[in-house]
Amino acid sequence: MDRGQLIETMQGILGPQGVIHEHEELRTYECDGLMNYRVIPDLVVLPETAEQVQRIVQTCYDEGIPFVARGSGTGLSGGALPVESGVLIVLSRMRRILEVDVENQRIVVEPGVINVWVSQEVADEGYYYAPDPASQIVSSIGGNLAENSGGVHCLKYGFTTNHVMGAEVVLPDGSVVHIGGGKSPDAPGYELLGAFVGSEGTLGIATKITLRLVRKPEAVRTLLAAFKDTEEAGGAVSGIIGAGIVPAAIEMMDALTIEAVERQVSPGFPDAGAILIVELDGPEAEVASQFDHVIEVCQMNEASEIRVAEDDEERALFWKGRKAAFGAMGSISNDYYVQDGVVPRTELGTVLKKISDLSNDYGLRVANVFHAGDGNLHPLVLYDNDAPGEAEKAEKLAGDIVFTCLEHGGSLTGEHGIGEDKKKYMPKMFTTDDMNVMQLLRCAFDPHQICNPGKIFPTPRLCGERPGPFHMHPVQKAGLAENF
Amino acid sequence: MQTKNAVLEDLQGIVGKENLREATPEDAIDGVEPSLVVEPGSVEEISAVMKLARGEGLAVSLRGGGTKTYLGAPPRSLDLILSTARMDGIIEHVPGDQIVRTQSGVRLAALQEKLAEANQMLGIDPPEEGATIGGVVAANSSGPRRYRYGTVRDLIIGITVVLADGTVAKAGGKVVKNVAGYDLSKLFTGSLGTLGVIADANFRLHPRPESARTVAVEVETPQAARDAAQAIVHSQVEATAVELHWSDEAKLISVLLESIPGGIEAKEERASFLLEEFGEVRTLGDGEVENLEPLSTVSADEVEIKIGAPPTELATVLDSVLDAAKRRDLTARMTGHAGTGVTYAVLSGEEGALAEVVDEVREIRTRNGGSAVVRRAPTSFKKRVDVWGPAGDYLGLTRRVKEKFDPGYTMNPGRFIGGI
Repeated sequence: MDRGQLIETMQGILGPQGVIHEHEELRTYECDGLMNYRVIPDLVVLPETAEQVQRIVQTCYDEGIPFVARGSGTGLSGGALPVESGVLIVLSRMRRILEVDVENQRIVVEPGVINVWVSQEVADEGYYYAPDPASQIVSSIGGNLAENSGGVHCLKYGFTTNHVMGAEVVLPDGSVVHIGGGKSPDAPGYELLGAFVGSEGTLGIATKITLRLVRKPEAVRTLLAAFKDTEEAGGAVSGIIGAGIVPAAIEMMDALTIEAVERQVSPGFPDAGAILIVELDGPEAEVASQFDHVIEVCQMNEASEIRVAEDDEERALFWKGRKAAFGAMGSISNDYYVQDGVVPRTELGTVLKKISDLSNDYGLRVANVFHAGDGNLHPLVLYDNDAPGEAEKAEKLAGDIVFTCLEHGGSLTGEHGIGEDKKKYMPKMFTTDDMNVMQLLRCAFDPHQICNPGKIFPTPRLCGERPGPFHMHPVQKAGLAENF
Repeated sequence: MQTKNAVLEDLQGIVGKENLREATPEDAIDGVEPSLVVEPGSVEEISAVMKLARGEGLAVSLRGGGTKTYLGAPPRSLDLILSTARMDGIIEHVPGDQIVRTQSGVRLAALQEKLAEANQMLGIDPPEEGATIGGVVAANSSGPRRYRYGTVRDLIIGITVVLADGTVAKAGGKVVKNVAGYDLSKLFTGSLGTLGVIADANFRLHPRPESARTVAVEVETPQAARDAAQAIVHSQVEATAVELHWSDEAKLISVLLESIPGGIEAKEERASFLLEEFGEVRTLGDGEVENLEPLSTVSADEVEIKIGAPPTELATVLDSVLDAAKRRDLTARMTGHAGTGVTYAVLSGEEGALAEVVDEVREIRTRNGGSAVVRRAPTSFKKRVDVWGPAGDYLGLTRRVKEKFDPGYTMNPGRFIGGI
């Protein structure tokens, strides 16, 4: 099938409005939230129904054409980066909330539904959807599922994977399966849903997603505490966790982040070396008692100031400052690179010190803002793209930062994913056997490796099951894979 | 293929004479007797044993505490039991990180005891006594606390597995938040030893609650049981467990509450208030709570079914079992995790009639969502009724996963869904 025939076939499935094939228009889709990788797809298709997704995928399978699914395109690891000579399946027209079942604490949505819409839909009934990535006003549930998105409240409530209860999935061969129990627990068979969530769009496309709804807590208390430096703030974090308290969130920002945030959104944060935002929620009596304990711990760790949010408005202001942190870097630096790494919480102090040393060695500023409760760091490497060589230097520094995380028992990524960006680092965390065994799963779902090929693994493997005379696979031809 | 003696010698060479023995009738699974029981003491030894077994075409079943060998269909064949009894070391417990790494042969109870020294726990509380971590993961065992803490798949953060061909691989890590690579820890959860050997596993931990109370309401009808459970589920009490107990002696919804000393009274008061409209409410004493523990004992001629259904279907689930049993003069007792939609029914009586009950309950669940899996039953019953019931449209995918990880069907053949 040549390109013209493919366009015609896709138009047959979607109508002329659902297919983008003009070069200039295709450029809109050349990258996701990570803009240093750009590939112009051969074709962009915009399905509106699951049935259309199935027919698109079936066509790709029959013709051996690679495809990539994309939601809102806010991902930060290049997971939705198109492949050359491939089809980009954009799911943002699939935005229906299909069923609300508050009684069973479930909601069924299409993949293009925006994260925050879910909570809005059930707010009046006293419910919400817990995973809250900073991108939640833009990012889609399908994208959240693919990346197993986190957020500031996952310390207590878990990640996307703990809140996706079922999915209708179009597999890369065009067949449709329903995995996970949805409203019922413990579907018999393998935990396919758990393997699918967080697979970065490489195992298929979710077209219908059942999510868990969480009852709003009786009480929410939030405080902001200022410290001399990140070390003292870190001491407070350890003290809170050590006391057996599981806060809904504990976030830390360093001096550079505070400065940027103040310039950008002026939340009136205190001038300090580090700030913690701690939020507790739950039954009133429990929260009240534990909140007093948190205040004591902050005082014991020499907090210079503690502000307790008096009302929802002040709480929103604290969070506005935190959630604006990435974007605010623009006010103190021309360019910045968002890193995402994880360390065991007890290693936070040591790793922060090492990041500071690396920053000095490279002569580049690094702002730190992170989910302190679960050790998920987001160092922001500041640089100037116009200064020769600085972008490369920034990328190298960012790499050294995640290697430091690994040396201390951590992970390459806590919530942004491996995608295109970090696949070259995977051998630092996993052995060849580890990755080959992971790819067995891939081979079971996507034997022809046409679903988001070339992502996650530095050396993709074909699955060695192409009967008949040997033909070079299109993915192989494009240099995206080698034979197993 | 070598002779049995040659295989025996090779296995001895791997694990040492003292860690290999001839099987006895007690090692049989659903009447199928293996020839040998081997106890490797390291990941390397597991790998060598598996490589040998696969090469020799032996069928291998895994055993931890041996507390759940009743699960699944009768094995298609069985030559070798690989016991994880010697893999009994806790590798690392870091209280400040709230994580633990442990070998799979560690007993859950021993692990909990160790974690308790740091006022922590693994939020998994299956009823079986003597279960090992590997068994709990492989069988996806859960208990009442799943309402608050989730199940194994929610708490496991890393795993090391050995495949049938001896390949050793790990996934995940020792940090709670981690999205690097595929989540094989979850894939192996509930895989019932059919994908590979779980050598070790890492978990996130929770602080141990400082105080606990159990409040219960006596109900008269399935509808009242359902409504009482729903009242708690939709409240802001943050209960730890919402349990059903249904027998001739007692019909209760019990609610486990956990908190700090300053918070427990308020929770107890609130929960009691919410339950009052459904019957007589009281706070249970310790002895009473123990008597209400889930169905840990089921006698050899009884059939236990695990029913998964939307939590609001609780009354329908109870009615369907009770009606089906009554019409055939069978006795039924039930327990369940009412907050999460899991019900266990234990029935006794004539086998043909029991089989009809399973069919009937399955038929209702197929229409209204959910599943009905036979857990414990006499072997004769398991040969008569497919213990897993109908798999959904994911059976083909399930089989492809199996065939990628274990193409030779070395691991526990025949016992999993769809004859896997």
